[in-house]
Amino acid sequence: MFVARSIAADHKDLIHDVSYDFHGRRMATCSSDQSVKVWDKSENGEWHCTASWKTHSGSVWRVTWAHPEFGQVLASCSFDRTAAVWEEIVGESNDKQRGLSHWIKRTTLVDSRTSVTDVKFAPKHMGLMLTTCSADGVVRIYEAPDVMNLSQWSLQHEISCKLSCSCISWNPSSSRAHPAMFAVGSDDSNVTYGGKVQIYEYNENTRKYAKAETLMTVTDAVHDIAFAPNLGRSFHVLAIATKDVRIFKLVPMRKESTSTGPTKFEVQIVAQFDNHNSQVWRVSWNITSTLLASSGDDGCVRLWKANYMDNWKCTGILKGDGSPLTGSSGQPTAMSTVVGSSVQTSQNALNGMSAGRYFFPPLDPPRAGTRYGHLLPPSSLIEHCDAEPIQPQQQALPHRLSSRALLPLPEAEGQ
Amino acid sequence: MEEVDVEPAVTNIPAASSGTHLGFAWGPGDILVYETLYKCHSFITSRLEFPGTGSGDIHEVRKDEDIYSPILRKLFNESHHIFVGLQTIREDLPSKNKKPQFVSISKNYRSVIRACMEELQQVLQKWQCNMETRYVSILLAIELIWNLCEVLFIDAAPAGSLLLHLLDWVRLHKADVDEKAREVLQSESPAEHRDYWDVVGAAYVLQGRLEEARQMLVKQATLQPAARKMYKQMDTLLSKMPFYNPGGTQTLTEFDVKWRHWHEEVDRCLQDNSFASNKHLELICKILVGDEDTLLEHKDLLSTWYHFLVTRLLFCHPTVKPTELHYYAQSCLTMFLDSRSVPEPLDSILLAAFEFDIHQVIKDCSIALNNWWFVAHLTDLLDHCKLLQSHNLHFGSNLREFLLLEYASGLFTHHSLWQLAVDYFDHCPEFGRVYLELQIERVPLDTERKALKVLRICEQRQMSEQVRSICKIMAMRALRNNRLGSALSWSIRAKDAAFATLISERFLQDYCARGTFSDLDLIDNLGPAMLLSDRLTFLGKYREFHKLYGEKRFREASKLLLSLMTAKIAPRSFWMTLLTDALPLLEQKEVSHHIVRYAVYGLLLSNIKKTSKYSYLRSCNQRIFGFFSGKNNIKDVLII
Repeated sequence: MFVARSIAADHKDLIHDVSYDFHGRRMATCSSDQSVKVWDKSENGEWHCTASWKTHSGSVWRVTWAHPEFGQVLASCSFDRTAAVWEEIVGESNDKQRGLSHWIKRTTLVDSRTSVTDVKFAPKHMGLMLTTCSADGVVRIYEAPDVMNLSQWSLQHEISCKLSCSCISWNPSSSRAHPAMFAVGSDDSNVTYGGKVQIYEYNENTRKYAKAETLMTVTDAVHDIAFAPNLGRSFHVLAIATKDVRIFKLVPMRKESTSTGPTKFEVQIVAQFDNHNSQVWRVSWNITSTLLASSGDDGCVRLWKANYMDNWKCTGILKGDGSPLTGSSGQPTAMSTVVGSSVQTSQNALNGMSAGRYFFPPLDPPRAGTRYGHLLPPSSLIEHCDAEPIQPQQQALPHRLSSRALLPLPEAEGQ
Repeated sequence: MEEVDVEPAVTNIPAASSGTHLGFAWGPGDILVYETLYKCHSFITSRLEFPGTGSGDIHEVRKDEDIYSPILRKLFNESHHIFVGLQTIREDLPSKNKKPQFVSISKNYRSVIRACMEELQQVLQKWQCNMETRYVSILLAIELIWNLCEVLFIDAAPAGSLLLHLLDWVRLHKADVDEKAREVLQSESPAEHRDYWDVVGAAYVLQGRLEEARQMLVKQATLQPAARKMYKQMDTLLSKMPFYNPGGTQTLTEFDVKWRHWHEEVDRCLQDNSFASNKHLELICKILVGDEDTLLEHKDLLSTWYHFLVTRLLFCHPTVKPTELHYYAQSCLTMFLDSRSVPEPLDSILLAAFEFDIHQVIKDCSIALNNWWFVAHLTDLLDHCKLLQSHNLHFGSNLREFLLLEYASGLFTHHSLWQLAVDYFDHCPEFGRVYLELQIERVPLDTERKALKVLRICEQRQMSEQVRSICKIMAMRALRNNRLGSALSWSIRAKDAAFATLISERFLQDYCARGTFSDLDLIDNLGPAMLLSDRLTFLGKYREFHKLYGEKRFREASKLLLSLMTAKIAPRSFWMTLLTDALPLLEQKEVSHHIVRYAVYGLLLSNIKKTSKYSYLRSCNQRIFGFFSGKNNIKDVLII
């Protein structure tokens, strides 16, 4: 692997979260500088910042995209005890030309009395639902009943988890075969408080979320949690970032037909890695859940992969080389792009890195800066014929009933 | 199968190496990495508190660009056709009939690799760039391994023909011999060329190309009339060397007897010192007798241990059985390599092949090579040959699927190659469908055309959830851009009643505002799709009413208007418009008077007194009543 390009994010403080949109063509970044930035990928793969605005009055912990079925919608959560929902509005055509977009705040969710630590949209088949969890130990589920009016959100559920919450993950499975389910983790470090990961499940009868399981073996602080896509399997897979990386399998146990309580699970540990030496802060699956990435106190991102016999292994490490580019201003993005692609590749060849396992599909269009860059037409020519035309705004006529285009009636003959 | 522990590859990121964390985000084909600092949330984190941390750069980390080359794209495209062809070979054919098919498919794959390699070489010459020489050597290795697997596993040649196949294999992959020979032959006096003996010795004799060796020797013999007898003797030896003919009537035992006779004769010549006066001819004679020391002294001519192996088999054990191969292979490898040097990955892979350890071959290849193309296609072919099942019943087909899924997932991040991946997923019975579902919904729908392409693929596979989702995304996007027609047709495709209602409402609002309908083509041709939602039905029917009116078919128009009123599907806010539409119709003779009742009914329903258009409505009212007062059936009206 190699660094293909570096992007000067130009946040004035620490970046806390970077989030790709569903199709991987946009990303959002958030920072302690209280702002969120949105980036769009151009045809040639370069990232351009198209919006940057102050979102909160505290550090912004997380930013996340709603499914594109709901339009271009972002949610952010912050130390300022709020979460917010943002929607991009299609701006004036000259804004589009300048490569800028407008995001407006649709709502501020102010129910939490403490820092809102995570924000996630529920799987899309549940409608437009947003979940927050906060340091006061409450998970809140909001719903926008009218997807065309994102200024109205109603607090549907308030679930008290008793322990300070740090992270939340919905089971992404869109199968209607099992009820909606999410896991919540706590970063309370007191091991005597018991399990730090709780699984909640929706109950159709009571219309409430009920605790289905607590992972009793996870007693240390949990910093992140991630359900894997279901892949049509009968069980669920959950990755947890705590003092190590853990992968659990949740196998639903056969339910008695009379029972109306939540599903009980047989919890199996699939893998456990302490390679990060100490705390692990983030875990995340790739699209098909063939790779798990984790970030920890050793300053590395580690990639984990199962072979076809379900043996998990570390297959790659991303590591700082000790040469931080202090301040992003000194490093022009274009420069680092070119240097990144040529030098790094040849280094890999020298180090015999090419004999490594395959993480990323090596197929991509030739980019500017590579040898075949010159084979690409200039980006101005790469125009899709059916791209959305920018239509001149039609002047709306004042509402007048008589202005309709019915034919003038012929004079009534009988009169 | 033992797991080989491979150290994970380390990638350096231009970021601090200690004291900070690396945050990351998965993308479709890459991973974004940035410097950050994680703390429990109860503590505020800011760069201001930790000066010097967090450069603020985000790094896009990708897999090595091994197969980025546009030339390799051809490899993917063409091998895709072969792959699809292979999947359609009928299962029920007796395996005897299938073998030639499998061999020919294997050859097709190899010829694609060869074509790709040649094209790459041309490009390299043209651009004078050595960045991609790596690809050439990777492709060469791939083809070499594949060819050996074809000989050993797919063709599974028995003793006798096995050696012939191995000879072909070595000849094909030591092509520099022909180049050298051409150079010698094209020189003014080939026999005096300094490479002359290398060609005769190495090129021809070592590879068992004895006819060509003899022709070369004739040139030398004419130069040395004195040694004519000696050359004649060598020529006889060469011409008499027996080769097994698999198609012939001769049995392997008969061949073996004949070969031994010949071998003894060569040995006798050596003992007699028949060629002692000519070191070159003596060398050839020693090669013919299979003298190991002599062969090893000429490593440079053999260049690889496997060439040494095949030459040794040719002159010592021409009837080698497949099961004995591993023994010779191992010993040749040990003899050929210095005790110091470590076998390279390619050596181990070939050795594993000679040992018939298919799984080891596949595994070593997936570690050593940087792409799944090779292992996925080879494993698939071997699986079709039923070679993996017999080897290990438990996970034979899983291995195939695992590798195909990896390969296809890789293709999916490419902006055009993803379409090939669809067929690969289709032929993965266990997880192919789910993978396709997960991947295809992530394909960026940059244009309507692309969306339609993705949609078609989903529709063909009855992936209704994805079809719905794509249509909804497109409908939402069109609506956001105020393209109501497009939004409506996408939401009809998505069968999204709620959204269709919403857009129909927009159409009606626009109509009220502008007095015209946009996207008439669409609305006029809704057909049964109109029934998706009440509001859409109303929109379609209302437009129909306009058309009838425009065509002056007043009777039908008023009937339709009446039914629109009675069906109660009109939005409350639209009643006023309907009533206004009814007014001119009332003045038409041929119009049914029922409309009047409903008009009044509607007036009551819409609670006119509360509306701001009270005065206007009152005038309508007066017109309606005035109309009836002249006709004396005001009672009709009052009945309601």
